Amino acid sequence: MSDLMTEDLAQAAADDVLVSARGLGRVFDVSKPWLNRVIEREERVFLTAAEDVTFDIRRGKTFALVGESGSGKSTIARMIVGLLRPTSGAVTVDGVDLFRSGDIAGQTALRRRIQMIFQDPYASLNPRWRVGDIIAEPIRAFQLEQDAKAVRARVGELLEQVGLAAIDGIKYPHEFSGGQRQRICIARALASKPEFIVCDEPTSALDVSVQSQVLNLMRDLQRELNLTYLLISHDLSVVRYMADDIGVLYLGRLVETAPREQLYEAPRHPYTHMLLDAAPRLDAFGRTAESVVGEIPDPIDRPSGCHFHPRCPHANDRCKTEAPARLVLGPGRTAACHGVEEGRL
Amino acid sequence: MSDQALLSIRDLVVEFPTRRGLLRPVDHVSFDIHRGEILGVVGESGAGKSMTGSAVVGLIDRPGRIAAGEVLLDGEPIHRLSEDAMRRVRGRKIGMVFQDPLTSLNPLLRIGDQLVETIRTHLSVGEAEARKRAIAALDEVGIPAAARRIDSYPHEFSGGMRQRVVIALALAAEPELVIADEPTTALDVSVQAQIIALLKRLCRERGAAVMLITHDMGVIAEATDRVAVLYAGRLAEIGPTPDVLSRPKHPYTVGLMKSTPSTLGEGGRLHQIPGSMPGLRAIPNGCAFHPRCTKRFERCDKERPDPIPVGAGQIACWLYDPAEGDRHAAARAELAGAGSDPAAIATAEAGEGAA
Repeated sequence: MSDLMTEDLAQAAADDVLVSARGLGRVFDVSKPWLNRVIEREERVFLTAAEDVTFDIRRGKTFALVGESGSGKSTIARMIVGLLRPTSGAVTVDGVDLFRSGDIAGQTALRRRIQMIFQDPYASLNPRWRVGDIIAEPIRAFQLEQDAKAVRARVGELLEQVGLAAIDGIKYPHEFSGGQRQRICIARALASKPEFIVCDEPTSALDVSVQSQVLNLMRDLQRELNLTYLLISHDLSVVRYMADDIGVLYLGRLVETAPREQLYEAPRHPYTHMLLDAAPRLDAFGRTAESVVGEIPDPIDRPSGCHFHPRCPHANDRCKTEAPARLVLGPGRTAACHGVEEGRL
Repeated sequence: MSDQALLSIRDLVVEFPTRRGLLRPVDHVSFDIHRGEILGVVGESGAGKSMTGSAVVGLIDRPGRIAAGEVLLDGEPIHRLSEDAMRRVRGRKIGMVFQDPLTSLNPLLRIGDQLVETIRTHLSVGEAEARKRAIAALDEVGIPAAARRIDSYPHEFSGGMRQRVVIALALAAEPELVIADEPTTALDVSVQAQIIALLKRLCRERGAAVMLITHDMGVIAEATDRVAVLYAGRLAEIGPTPDVLSRPKHPYTVGLMKSTPSTLGEGGRLHQIPGSMPGLRAIPNGCAFHPRCTKRFERCDKERPDPIPVGAGQIACWLYDPAEGDRHAAARAELAGAGSDPAAIATAEAGEGAA
């Protein structure tokens, strides 16, 4: 295993991969308290939020994870930035393992290079702090500037970089609209001069016309600063606009990964098919998406075998019992489906 | 479709007196909805779409009030009805579906009790008959094993199933008009498609009219027959959905459509409308959109445009005022070029040539 892993990572380095997730898994204990379990004679209950998730993010590119609620998108995002310790598997960023003990110095150095933008710009800014202080905090924490004056200058520069004015630093978050707040969050993320930013649903709280401003800003900054993004989203149209490579999640498992055009033009996994078919389309007047059946099952009680089999039109007996393995179909292209493996799909 | 519209909103104005002045979340909005028709009401937050829906059903929170205009249901004015009379209209004649299915259902009552109560409030039927109808209603919205599930509590259903229950509740008394305010916003994509299909099917079968309020252009495209675009409490554009979405005319609609990312293609950079929607305390003079409009001219910041008929729809923009003649033909052609329809671009170019 370790030989295979080393080889795999060597290949990853050759492809200029910045972030690698290998067999990433996370299990949450959602049992009732001990006393209740004893009285009600209940077993412990576990929720598998992510299971054996493997993907690579190329340097300077955007990798998007799409999935519906309960698919484990946010759990994976939190593990990739190091906010949550995985139950199994590993995350390496630029060759440094984020969680393996013994490399504290390497991990600390890495922290500065990873930042995160959250979904709700109303909840992720401290209402009692001035915007300037919010943005200055990472600069001070990592001691990136020498004195107060230099910090102030850098804050002003960051505010201008995201399309606000340097003078806005003296205001409080409540004085800004949702789109402007998300710009402040981006400025804060940029403050530590990161290379890799995890964006968890960065525009899903914003209106369409504001969303386009923020998405364009994110793309401009990526080009300018050679940033690498992990984009978490449920919105297939945002993902099509932003991502270079895409991974589709279903109930904690990665069912398909593919470069953008391949995913949209020729999806392989039946769930990807269904998801693309269900997405509302601007040109489909009066259309009714017919292929969609059922709902996402309870993540605590996931179906056996392939988790998608109860909703899949192509499922057979093997799909009900055996979990499909990850098949490599081409560069950056994988699918976990018995139908694809057997050549049925 | 009869000649008379089922719902007719005429010059509706909703006002909120506040200490810092009068706010107008809905400002002279007019439109009709016919039987069997789904009208989409689209706009960004603060555009007044939900407030318009609340005004129709008389659910505007105090101190807000309908300050002018009228709401006619089947020709009868309903905007001046007393609380009691309005309560009878709601549910019986107008059904409502809101965004969050959990807050529309009483968590302490079995869904069957809530359905039976609604049915018996509005229709004169006995307990047993009401229960039979409730089961039929749940069956119709696609709840499996309805006869057994009717005795479940709301928390025992998944999000999508809960929204189905809410739709069953809204349709229980067989209303003629359904107001659905962001009915799928809280749901996942795959469930959203099912709920939209359900809403469309039920309304077609019963000939009910639907006012579908949403911010999602994709939902508008797939579900609605006509669409009204609101901006800062005012009607910017209204017309048949394919016209408005693929050949938008109002500069705001054009900007909105161009800035909406699509699953169809990556395209280049997304279009940006400069600035953001004004707050209710600072609605600009003249056309509310003029500070953000790239096609504005001297009239736009002085006079407010009213919707005027253009093609099969109406547009509130001075560029389309016949009195302006041909001097804005180039601007109109440029706006038309933004649409995806090649025929429209050709027509627009021809128009430009003539100018």
